[in-house]
Amino acid sequence: MATAHTATHSEASHDHHDHEHHENFITKYIFTQDHKMIGKQFLITGIFWAIIGGLLSLIFRLQLGFPDMDLEWLRPVLRGWITTDGKLDPEFYLALVTMHGTIMVFFVLTAGLSGTFSNFLIPLQIGARDMASGFMNMLSYWFFFLSGVVMFISLFIETGPESGGWVVYPPLSALEQAMPGSGLGMTLWLVAMTFFIASSLLGGINYITTVINLRTKGMSFAKLPLTIWAFFLTAVIGLLSFPVLFSAALLLVFDRSFGTSFYLSDIYIGGEALPNTGGSPVLYQHLFWFLGHPEVYIVLLPALGITSEIIATNSRKPIFGYKAMIISMLGITILSFVVWAHHMFVSGMNPFLGSIFMFLTLIIAIPSAVKVFNYLTTLWRGNLIFTPGMLFSIGLVSFFISGGLTGIFLGNSAIDIQLHDTYFVVAHFHLVMGSASFFGLMAGVYHWFPKMFGRMMDARLGYIHFWMTFVGVYLVFFPMHYIGIAGFPRRYYSWTAFEFSNMYTDLNMFVSVAAILTFGAQLIFLFNFFYSMYRGRVASLNPWRSNTLEWTTPLHPGHGNWPGEIPAVYRWPYDYSKPGAKEDFIPQTVPLSATPESNLPHEQELVKLEKEIIADEEAVLVANESNES
Amino acid sequence: MYGFLIIIGSILLLSIIWMVYKIQTLVSVVKGSDKKVASGSNKINALLFVVFLVGAGGWMIWYSIKEFNNYQLPIASEHGVITDQLFWITMAITGVVFLITHVLLFWFPYKYQYKEERKADFYPDNNKLELIWTIVPAFVLAALVIGGWKAWSDITKPAPENSHIVELMGYQFAWEVRYPGLDNVLGENDYRLTNASNVSGVDFSDKNSFDDFSSPVVIIPKGEPVLFKIRARDVLHSVFAPHMRLKMDAVPGMPTRFWFTATKTTEEMRAELNDPEFVYEIACTEICGRGHNAMRRELRVVEPAEFRKWVSEQKPYIVNNPALVADLPIELKELADIAISEHK
Repeated sequence: MATAHTATHSEASHDHHDHEHHENFITKYIFTQDHKMIGKQFLITGIFWAIIGGLLSLIFRLQLGFPDMDLEWLRPVLRGWITTDGKLDPEFYLALVTMHGTIMVFFVLTAGLSGTFSNFLIPLQIGARDMASGFMNMLSYWFFFLSGVVMFISLFIETGPESGGWVVYPPLSALEQAMPGSGLGMTLWLVAMTFFIASSLLGGINYITTVINLRTKGMSFAKLPLTIWAFFLTAVIGLLSFPVLFSAALLLVFDRSFGTSFYLSDIYIGGEALPNTGGSPVLYQHLFWFLGHPEVYIVLLPALGITSEIIATNSRKPIFGYKAMIISMLGITILSFVVWAHHMFVSGMNPFLGSIFMFLTLIIAIPSAVKVFNYLTTLWRGNLIFTPGMLFSIGLVSFFISGGLTGIFLGNSAIDIQLHDTYFVVAHFHLVMGSASFFGLMAGVYHWFPKMFGRMMDARLGYIHFWMTFVGVYLVFFPMHYIGIAGFPRRYYSWTAFEFSNMYTDLNMFVSVAAILTFGAQLIFLFNFFYSMYRGRVASLNPWRSNTLEWTTPLHPGHGNWPGEIPAVYRWPYDYSKPGAKEDFIPQTVPLSATPESNLPHEQELVKLEKEIIADEEAVLVANESNES
Repeated sequence: MYGFLIIIGSILLLSIIWMVYKIQTLVSVVKGSDKKVASGSNKINALLFVVFLVGAGGWMIWYSIKEFNNYQLPIASEHGVITDQLFWITMAITGVVFLITHVLLFWFPYKYQYKEERKADFYPDNNKLELIWTIVPAFVLAALVIGGWKAWSDITKPAPENSHIVELMGYQFAWEVRYPGLDNVLGENDYRLTNASNVSGVDFSDKNSFDDFSSPVVIIPKGEPVLFKIRARDVLHSVFAPHMRLKMDAVPGMPTRFWFTATKTTEEMRAELNDPEFVYEIACTEICGRGHNAMRRELRVVEPAEFRKWVSEQKPYIVNNPALVADLPIELKELADIAISEHK
């Protein structure tokens, strides 16, 4: 077995030499099969979409915070979507909300987060030359790109983009008569999502295969960094749930274009009764949320994995409860598939189902709670260094707590009756899913920037960025809890038609101002990111003094990652501040036999096993040398 | 002119920020602080967490108390008292957890900030601790679930026999309100019968429909169970009566329902809130298109006697518009005519 492994390794390293000779601009930067470049492509594209998604939210926040404002100055951009009296068109408002959701959930927090870091980190942290299939990986990016192009075009068509909410519930999304966005805009949405699903599946299959098959010598599953565990489980969730979204979308295509009645029944619209009978809109909701809920964990788990790694590194302490963390993530993975209908307590489905899903939903809070307690214990009695990545990770834990706790209200079907589809829900998921995942993304960028570009980002700008964003996010989303408890429904263009909601104009104005400032703070990040890419201080090889494998590569790793043999792994990735050790970190590549002073009793026994691996490796080295000579 | 000044101003501002940035970078290079493991900023960041904890925490508590009467909507239904109770119990429990975890999360960074001479504890696991904080949340959550489950099954159980029936039908962009009349049985409906004069698609060949009537306001009696029969004729809508703690989607092709008992008449609520303008309202909470935010219906709760009087005074569809029954077969037409004449 061991020999088979080494054979592939040395072959791969020969390939790598060939590549360097033949690489040109197109194969290096565009149709690249190098997982690191693909990761960067996902990141840059994700940043582009985050800016678009953020700007869309600012426009609708202007409407909500300053309903009397004259928006004539937006006419050069929005054209006919500004009404003659200088107001935002209500249908375009709904389109903005919809596109903001779709873009942020799928393009930024799924592709931008998972796509970036799974691609970039999996081979580097498990010790592989590249992904299992570089070609599929390349396809994964380009399908995503294509999906983005289609979605982007849909923003500019005359009838406007899809506007029935990011969940695109039929019949609203199925019937062009119901709203203009359900015409061509919805068609383009479906096309874009189809490409997106294909991209996710191609990526996910690759991540799973790579983690299972291409781990370096000694890298057992019990020695994987938590980042890799998180990416692995995320890919599994995606692989099982995205096809269900595809089926939901496919049936919707049939209903829209081929006269079927999967979701349509007994409809009288636009002055005529439609022939469709027997369909069920609730069926769509079941199918959609079968992806939709796991999707929450698809965006959250990678962020949690990233923070686990960063918090341990910068606390100079092993992550507390490594096994408990893995078990929690496994628990979340499995349970994420059996809680979907808590989005549908008042959809008209059988109330008995509601009871079942309430039980299952509140169970998923337990592994989440365990994770929080483990993070706190990791910080406890650590030696904390506040790099920007560390700050964003602590911010993530804070959002995860705040947003997670409100989930306990919403998961309780009796309480959900009142809170469903109010701003309480908006506050809940923007904190726990939106902001937490976004902070995971930011933490990851700050932490792995030196590995991506060989330079450091400016730490002080990072601090300013963090504090403005952290405070800003709370200022935006915390007040929404009050608005939600007061019963303000979501996706409302204005609340003045109702007396129960004809208040809190001050609070909404406050939220809008906070949103604009928070968005402004992201410009600091953009400057820091692009400036540091070319002009930042050159990074040292292991700037955070971290244990994981990626920091053993050269400053600018080529295609193939390690110039020579892939290093073998001898220990778990969290040997920080080990009693007796000289330094406060011991990289995974340091054999236990080299650190007798710090080995724990059970590790002393492993030293014997380890000797075999080392002997094996030396034999290979000798063989390689004789080959070359 | 102003535009020009704004551009000049922003350019100046940006160049100042740029210079400050360059200077601080150079200073940090001169001081060699970028070579250190943790610079002076470490202390500031650690301190800021505590400042944030105290500042934001204090602000939150102050605002939550000050604004309580604003965001806490008055309750006007029997089950609403129970769900609100559950809400505030959950709030108390999660509030405590929220505060404790955040105090730890923001205090640890301050307490355990980097010191060169100190070494972090090597503390990789403790099964006992893990077990405790798995089991304790499990029990707390179980208690919350059982409370919620009991309330949920009570709320969603079949409506009592004597419930007053009201049909709410959502369409773009209004609610059509239909009462079953004196027999308390709604006539059948078929969406294919819908037209401008028959908004709800009532099937007038069903005798039960002869006394059905429509109303611009949803009027219900206090203290007696009311059953909302909910449906939609075009896209999804959702009935939301915030003061009743009532919400249920309206689904085309799948009638839904929600029953409840109102506890305070509109007049009583006006007196209680000292607001003579107060009305209960029904809104839509499922995105349905352009007019989603304007699907308002007033909900008026009255004394039972007043309700009965009001029902008896209403004119059925067929009285207002005899053309609706003009095409019925002769036997039914006669029955309908009798019904019409009784109302005259």
